[in-house]
Amino acid sequence: MNLKKNWWKLLACILLFNTVTNGFLGQVPAREILNETIRNLYFHVPMWFAMMTLLFISVIYGIKHLNNGNMKYDVIAREAAHTGVAMGVLGLITGSLWARYTWGTWWTQDTKLNGAAITMLIYFAYFILRGSVEDEQKRGRLAAVYSIFAFVMMIVFIMILPRMEDSLHPGNGGNPGFNKYDLDSKMRMVFYPAVLGWVLLGVWIMTVRIRIAAIEDTIHGLSSRQDLKTL
Amino acid sequence: MKKILSLLFSLVIAIHCFAQDTKPEMADAFRSSGKIYVVVCVASIVLAGLIVYLITIDRKVGRIEKEIESKRTENNTSK
Repeated sequence: MNLKKNWWKLLACILLFNTVTNGFLGQVPAREILNETIRNLYFHVPMWFAMMTLLFISVIYGIKHLNNGNMKYDVIAREAAHTGVAMGVLGLITGSLWARYTWGTWWTQDTKLNGAAITMLIYFAYFILRGSVEDEQKRGRLAAVYSIFAFVMMIVFIMILPRMEDSLHPGNGGNPGFNKYDLDSKMRMVFYPAVLGWVLLGVWIMTVRIRIAAIEDTIHGLSSRQDLKTL
Repeated sequence: MKKILSLLFSLVIAIHCFAQDTKPEMADAFRSSGKIYVVVCVASIVLAGLIVYLITIDRKVGRIEKEIESKRTENNTSK
């Protein structure tokens, strides 16, 4: 692998190994209820950061596709959304497990939790929409317009609404976030690199998926289009 | 006066004991016995495995890309 071009993949590996070593061995503040589960911060929260980064990439390339109808951008938007949703599902599952051992239940009717679940459903609908349109130009445009709506709804459901209501989830409503009390400087030193590491891993998986999609298109005889060759 | 003082004193002791009892439970024993390193090793192996797997897929895709490119130039020159 060309290291000059792929240095960020190496960086992702280093950051992730730092996460699983210092994440367990590093000092964390002792808190009631949370106990050692506070370390989940290095694994659960970065999933959402990765999801939001990937969905942002998806909406940006969707808009680019709307601008000039280039199918290359539509493929990037689709694969970014796909990887982003995978990260979001991991975030939901890990969050549910964490809730079981701190709040005592797998799921609670909490604004943040339901918002995250609705976001996932909105993005599932994105793929259903894609699958239901035959014409690829039409599919690309529809998907791009829908993804703008979906991205805005995600911001509303997981960033805005939970902050306006009471929520058990840290960082929302009347509930102070990790930033104020729990996330001390020692945790920050692990948390921020962990976020970058997981985001880079998500982007890495996305690029591999995009390349596979380009190969598939070539095999399906769509290689006559010039834009796919440069993918 | 003596009674009140002793009451206050015992109260302070009681609060002190209470505070010690409610210290959040952390995996201190686990850490001191050194076994947390087993968890770190297991997590590292899982991560290493997944990353090696991803790198293999990445390189495989690269190989297929090159193959397609060579086939394409082959076709172009034969035409």
